[in-house]
Amino acid sequence: MPKRTDINTILVIGSGPIVIGQACEFDYSGTQACKVLKSEGYRVVLINSNPATIMTDPVIADATYVEPLSLPYVEQVIAKEKPDAILPTMGGQTALNIAMDLHEAGVLEKYNVELIGSKVESIKMAEDRELFLEAIKRCGLEMPKGEFITDYETGLKAVEQIGFPAIIRPSFTLGGTGGGIAYNMEDYAEMLRAGLVASPINRVLVEESVLGWKEYELEVMRDTKDNVVIVCSIENFDPMGVHTGDSITVAPAQTLTDREYQNMRDAALKIIRAIGVETGGSNIQFAMNPKNGRMTVIEMNPRVSRSSALASKATGFPIAKMAAKLAIGYTLDEILNDITKKTPACFEPTIDYVVVKIPRWDFEKFREVEDSLTVQMKSVGEVMSFGRTFKEGIQKALRSLEQNRHGFGFDKPMYFDGTQPSAADLDHLRTRLRKRTSLSIFDVCDALRYGMSTQEIYDVTGYDPWFLEQLREIVQEAISFMNDVEGTQGELFLQNIDSERILRMKRMGFSDVQLAMMTGTTLLQIRNYRKQHNIIPVYKTVDTCAAEFESETPYHYSTYGNENESIRTDKKKVIILGSGPNRIGQGIEFDYCCVQAVYAARAAGWEAIMINCNPETVSTDYDTTNKLYFEPLTFEDVMNVIDLEQPDGVVVTFGGQTPLKLAQDLVASGVTLLGTSVDGIDLAEDRKRFGELLDSLKIPVPQWGTTMSEDEAVEIAGRIGYPVLVRPSYVLGGRAMEICYREESLRTYVRKALQNFPDRPILIDHFLENAFEFDVDCVADGTDVAIVGVMQHIEEAGIHSGDSSCVLPPYNINNEQYSTIMEYSRRMARALNVIGLMNIQFAMQYGKIYVIEVNPRASRTVPFVAKATGVPLVEIAQRVMMGEKLSDLNVKDFNISASRVAIKEPVFPFTKFPRVNIFLGPEMRSTGEVMGMDVSFGDAIIKAHISSGNSLPKEGSVFISLSPHDKTQRAIDIAHGYEELGFTVYATKGTAQFLNEHGVKATVVLKHYEGRPSIIDNIKNGEVQILINTPLGENARYDEFVMGQTAMRYKIPFFTTLAAASASLEGIKALRSGKISVTSLQEYYAMGY
Amino acid sequence: MNTTKAVLALENGLIFTGYAFGDTSVECSGELVFNTAMSGYQEVLTDPSYKGQVVTFTYPHIGNYGVNPHDVESAAIQAEGIVVHEYSKTYSNWRATGSLSDYLKDAGKIGIEGIDTRQLVRVLRSEGAMRCIITTSTESHDELLNRVRTLPSMNGLDLCPLVTTKEKHTYHYNEGHENLLGITANPTFKIAALDFGIKNNILRRLVNVGCDVTVYPATTSYTEILESEPDGIFLSNGPGDPAAVTYAIETTKHLIDSSIPMFGICLGHQILALAFGANTYKLKFGHRGANHPVKNLLTEKIEITSQNHGFAVDIDSLPEFLEPTHINLNDNTLSGFRHKEKPVFCVQYHPEAAPGPHDSDYLFNDFVKNIIAAKALQKEQLA
Repeated sequence: MPKRTDINTILVIGSGPIVIGQACEFDYSGTQACKVLKSEGYRVVLINSNPATIMTDPVIADATYVEPLSLPYVEQVIAKEKPDAILPTMGGQTALNIAMDLHEAGVLEKYNVELIGSKVESIKMAEDRELFLEAIKRCGLEMPKGEFITDYETGLKAVEQIGFPAIIRPSFTLGGTGGGIAYNMEDYAEMLRAGLVASPINRVLVEESVLGWKEYELEVMRDTKDNVVIVCSIENFDPMGVHTGDSITVAPAQTLTDREYQNMRDAALKIIRAIGVETGGSNIQFAMNPKNGRMTVIEMNPRVSRSSALASKATGFPIAKMAAKLAIGYTLDEILNDITKKTPACFEPTIDYVVVKIPRWDFEKFREVEDSLTVQMKSVGEVMSFGRTFKEGIQKALRSLEQNRHGFGFDKPMYFDGTQPSAADLDHLRTRLRKRTSLSIFDVCDALRYGMSTQEIYDVTGYDPWFLEQLREIVQEAISFMNDVEGTQGELFLQNIDSERILRMKRMGFSDVQLAMMTGTTLLQIRNYRKQHNIIPVYKTVDTCAAEFESETPYHYSTYGNENESIRTDKKKVIILGSGPNRIGQGIEFDYCCVQAVYAARAAGWEAIMINCNPETVSTDYDTTNKLYFEPLTFEDVMNVIDLEQPDGVVVTFGGQTPLKLAQDLVASGVTLLGTSVDGIDLAEDRKRFGELLDSLKIPVPQWGTTMSEDEAVEIAGRIGYPVLVRPSYVLGGRAMEICYREESLRTYVRKALQNFPDRPILIDHFLENAFEFDVDCVADGTDVAIVGVMQHIEEAGIHSGDSSCVLPPYNINNEQYSTIMEYSRRMARALNVIGLMNIQFAMQYGKIYVIEVNPRASRTVPFVAKATGVPLVEIAQRVMMGEKLSDLNVKDFNISASRVAIKEPVFPFTKFPRVNIFLGPEMRSTGEVMGMDVSFGDAIIKAHISSGNSLPKEGSVFISLSPHDKTQRAIDIAHGYEELGFTVYATKGTAQFLNEHGVKATVVLKHYEGRPSIIDNIKNGEVQILINTPLGENARYDEFVMGQTAMRYKIPFFTTLAAASASLEGIKALRSGKISVTSLQEYYAMGY
Repeated sequence: MNTTKAVLALENGLIFTGYAFGDTSVECSGELVFNTAMSGYQEVLTDPSYKGQVVTFTYPHIGNYGVNPHDVESAAIQAEGIVVHEYSKTYSNWRATGSLSDYLKDAGKIGIEGIDTRQLVRVLRSEGAMRCIITTSTESHDELLNRVRTLPSMNGLDLCPLVTTKEKHTYHYNEGHENLLGITANPTFKIAALDFGIKNNILRRLVNVGCDVTVYPATTSYTEILESEPDGIFLSNGPGDPAAVTYAIETTKHLIDSSIPMFGICLGHQILALAFGANTYKLKFGHRGANHPVKNLLTEKIEITSQNHGFAVDIDSLPEFLEPTHINLNDNTLSGFRHKEKPVFCVQYHPEAAPGPHDSDYLFNDFVKNIIAAKALQKEQLA
C-alpha cells in the first residue's frame, strides 16, 4: 500500500527529560521519525519538553513545541495545530501514557485525531498485565505464574501461592520503578506497600521467580499487510533477575539452536498479531529455563524502545525510521533496505559480528544507594561495541565505558602483583559473585584467574557457561602471554616476542593499555610496535546482510582481520569525537552539540566523520554522518581511525570531557585540532595558569589554592577562609565536589580524594555564600566574540550548575553588573584565544562579579541557549572552527530585554533511589532537564515545574522550615506570598516563631523526632501540599531526610532553597490565573528576540 | 588451543591460512559457498543438498550450542567441509550431547577456523562460487592450486546418486526421534517422495500434515511410482546441477501426465521446470541463508524463507501454462510456480525450514488441500 494521503499533519510526541529508563534513545527514534514524516511531505508537529534533544532543533519538525508533556498542554497543541494523526510510539512510555490520557479524556475523539503506529486497544493489551496474560494464553504460550494485587492484605496472602523469591512489579511504571525481588515476608511486605504506591493505578503484579533463567529479546516489526520480520535477537549475559536495561546484552543470541530460536520467533509472531500492533516495532522478552528449555514470555513493548535503538545500531536496520514509514501506510516490501539501497526492507538482518552492550552506572553519585542490580533499572547510560568475536566485543565494550578500565582485567597493577588469594579472599569473592553488582564482570575475571571452575561460577552467577568459557579464554591468553613476558620486560620483551603473538592478543580484543601493562612498556611503545609490525585494525562494515550484497553505507567497526573495507576519500574531512556513554554530568546535551557540528560540517562541504560508542544517540545514526566509526573513545581506537582517515582536523570540544581528555595526547601525536588550541584548553583548566591570567586581566576570582597534600589543604583553607569548595581537577559534573565548612571535614575529603584520584591536584576555592550564579555561553573566532546566552541560576552558588534551575535572560541583575559580565566574557575569550564555544560561570556576591569557572568548549547549557534564543550556536562555532569569521555570519549579542523567559529545570532520579538524600549540593546528580518558556517568569516556571514532574498545587497548605541562615526578609516575603494566595502556613517551632514575629500567621507542627502527629503524618494524610525546607549546614539532618523521602513518595513538591520557593510562588500565581498557552519555537523565532 | 595449521585454497589463486578442527587428518574439496544463517549449522551440515560443497558460515562463532541427535537433516554430515571465523571450543545448550568438532571428527570431515570469512564472502560475492580445497598438507601453493583447478566443476554435475536412498522405504517419523513437534495425526494420504537428497524435516512436515510417505530412489521409474497409486507425488531437494539429472527429468515428464497432485522443493522445483520445458541456470554465488524475502504473488504477502540453491529457473523460460507464484525480492529470481490447470506446484526455497523461519509452512497444507480436491474430483468422476 502506498503512503496515506488522507492525513496531512502528524503530531509526534517526544519522551521528555532524560530519566533512568528513558534516555536519548528516544531522541534518536523521534528524530528519525520526524525526518521520515517530513520527507514524505507531511506537516510534522512535535512536542517535547526536553530542550537538549536534537529532535527539538527547529529544522527537524515544522512546528516544535517545547512544552510540558501533560494532558492540558498537549491538548492545547492539538487544538491549535489540528493534527490528523498522532504518532505515540517514538517517545517511550511517556508518549504512550500521554496517548492513553488523550484517549481517556476524550481529546482524540473531540478533535477527530487518530493514533497511528499503535492503537489504544493494542497499547492497553500490551501494558495491562492482565489483558496481556490472557492474550499470551490465547497464543498457547506461557508466562510465569502470577497474581494482580490491588490491596495490601490480599497481597500478603497471594505470596503463599507463589513462594519466595517473589517478583513485585508495579503496573504502569517506567523502568520497573518500585519493583523488586523479595526473599522473605518482611522484605515482601515492604516492597508490596511501596509498589502499590509507585503504581499510578495502585496495582502490582506478584510473580513466580524465573531468576537465573536465560533471558532473550526479539525486536519485531509488522506492517498493515501483516508481514512480520524479526530485526534482531538479543541474549542477555545476565540471567533473569537483573533488569534488561542493567544487563550486559549480546546480539545475536549465542546459545540457541535454530529450533529453539525459531520457536521463539514463532512465539513473537503470534504475540505481535495477538496484541494487534498493526504497524511498527515492538520488543518482546522471553525467559528460558536453561535446564529444559521451557520458554515463558516476560513482556512486550508496543513501541520502539531502548532495545530497538540497540538493535538498529547493532544491525544497521533503522527500526524507528521503518516504523514511521509503516505508520503512514507503507508496507515492508515497498521500502528499500536503507543500507544496501537495493534489496527490500522486508527481510531479517543477518550479522557477521558480535555486538556487546554494557550499561554504565553512576553509583558513586548516590552514596546511599547499594550497588546491587535487580529488576529496577539503575544505569544511566550504556556503551555498545562490535567485535568479530564475543571476546573482542566485550573487551572493546569495557574500555568504551570510560571508567578507567581498559578491557577484561589485566589493566591495573593488582593483576600483576603475583599474590595468591588466601582462603578468606576466595570466600569473599564467592560472596561477591553471589550478588549482581556493576562490577560483577570483574569479579568473574578474578574467579577465572584464581582458577574457579566454570561450573562453580555458573552455579552462583547464572552466567551461561558459553560466556564464561569465552571469558576464560581471555584470562588464559593473558596469563600465558604474561608467562612469556616473564623475565624480559619492556623494550627488550618487544624485541623478542613473535609479532604473531601480539596479533593474536589484539584479535582477542586486548587494548594497547593492557598490553603495555602486561609487558612493562608504555601505550606509545605498544602502538609504535604495532605500526612497525603492521598490526593495525581493519574496518568492517555493518551492512545487515553479512556481505551477501554490496552496501554503500559507510558504517564501520574495527577488528584485526585481513581485509579493510573503509576506503579513505580525498575530500576535505573532519573527525568529530562523540561523548561516549551517557552519565550524570555528560549526556544528550553533548550529543546534540556533536550532531549539530556534523550537520554544519556537511553543509560546508566537508566530510564529517563521527567516532562514538553510545548506541542510544543520534550521532551514531549512520544517517547523521558521512562516515561512522562505532568505536571506543580511547586514544588507541581514535588514533587508529585518524591513521586511516588522515583528517584535516579533529574536533574535541563538542563531546564533553570524553574527547577533551584525549586532546593533549592527540596533539602530541601530531593531530590537528580544530578550534581553541590545547594550550587554550589547558590554560582554562590549569588553575595556576588560569589564576595568573585572570589576575593580569583584572578579573576577580574567589581566592583559591591547589594542593596534593592534606596539611597544605588545611593551610590554604585557613588562608582563604572557610567555607571552601573542594574538588579534584579535570572532572566533569562536579564529581566528588564538596563544600567544607570545617578543617575536620576538609581533611577527610582530601584524604579520600587523593586516594580516588591519585594523579589529580585538588582545587580549593573560597566558597561564596549567598551568591547568585550566572552561566554565559559565547562563540569566538580569535578576533570577535559573540555572547549568545546569559543565564541566571535560581539556586544560589554552591549547587552544581547542572542541578540548578536557570533562567534566560537573568531576572535579578542591574545594567552595570550585566555589562561587567559581558565585558569579562569578552576579555577571557580573547585572552584564551578561543575559537569556537566557551562557557563561563560567574558568581555575584553583594553585587560584585567573580569568575568561578571557564570552559573553552561546548557546555551543558548550549542546547538550552540555542532553543531559547533561536541562535544555532553550535553551527556557528563549527563554521568558525572551520575557518569562517563571525563578522561574516551575522551573529548578534544576547539581548537581555527579551520578550520571553526560558527556564531550564533539572530532573532527578530520586524516585528510583528512595533512600537517597535529596538535598542538592556541588556534586551533580540530575539526569536530565526540561525547558519552560513563556512571556512571563511565572508562566515559564509553571511549565518547567510541570515538565519536570513537580506539579504545583493551586491551594492548600505550605510547610516551612528555615535554617537559621534563611530567616531573612526574603523568607518572610515568600511566606506572606503564600498567605495572600490563601495557603495555610505550617512551620516548625523556631520558624513559626520567626514568621509570627514578622506578621505571618504560622501554625506550629512537630518535626519527625519531636513526637506525633508530626509533619510526616501531615504529609501522609494529605494535609500539606508544598514543603519548603532549607537544610542546615553541611548535612541534612535525619528528620529532614525522612521528610524528603516522604514527600517524594507522596509526590509533594519539596523546595530546599528560598530561591526555588520564591520561584514556585510565581508559578502558583500563574497557575491560578488558569490560562494555558502554547507557542512553537518557530513562532517565537518569527517574533524575533 | 588448536595448533594444526590448515589452508583453504581457492581456484582464483587466493590462499587463506587458519587452523584445522574436526578430523584434521583428512582434507576436503568442493565448491565453496557461504551460508548467512546465524543458527542451524548442524542442519546445514547434514542437508544432502550441500553434497559436493564446502560451506562458509558468515556468523563468526560456530559450535556454540554443540550438536544433538535431533537437529539432523540426514543420517550423515553431507557438506564436504566447513569454513568458520572462530570455532567455539566450548558449547552450551540443554539439548547438546557433544561438540561440533567431535561430530565432524566422527564423520571424517575437516573444518578450518581463523579465517576472515567476511573477506571470503566478499570474494565469492564478486567472483562467484568457486572450487576449493581445505588441507593440512604442506605442499607448495602452486601444487595446491593446480589440484584445486582440476576439481570437477558444479556445472553439469549430477550428485543425486551420492545422497538418494538405496532402497524404497516408508518414513516413520517417530523411530528413534523425540517427538518434538507433537505429531498425533494418523496418516491419511499416500505420498510418493522422489529422493534426490531429501531433508528429514520435509518428511517430518509431510507426516505432520497427515501423509504416509514412501521414499523412492532418484532413479525409480515412473511406472513403479504410478503402480503404487499415490495420492500425491513429492519431488525433493538435492545437490548438484538439475540439468544433469536427466533420468529424473524424464520420469517427472511422465508423472506430470498422471494428473496426480505434485509438490516440489528446490531441486524438485528445478526438475519440474525442466520437465515442463523451462531452463535452469547457475547463479553467481547462490542463495544460502535463512533471511531471504519471498513474495507470494497470489496473496501479496512476504515470507522470510530458508534458501539453499546454486541454480535457478529462468523465469522468462516458463511456458505459458505455468504461472509464477513466488518471487525472491532480493534479486527478483523465480521462487515458485504452479501449473495453471494441473495440481502441480513447487518452490525454489525451503518451507520445511530447518534451519530457518516457518513462514512458508502453509505450503505443506496447500499440497494436502490439492490432494483432497483431487480425490474429491476423482470420486465425482467415478460417480
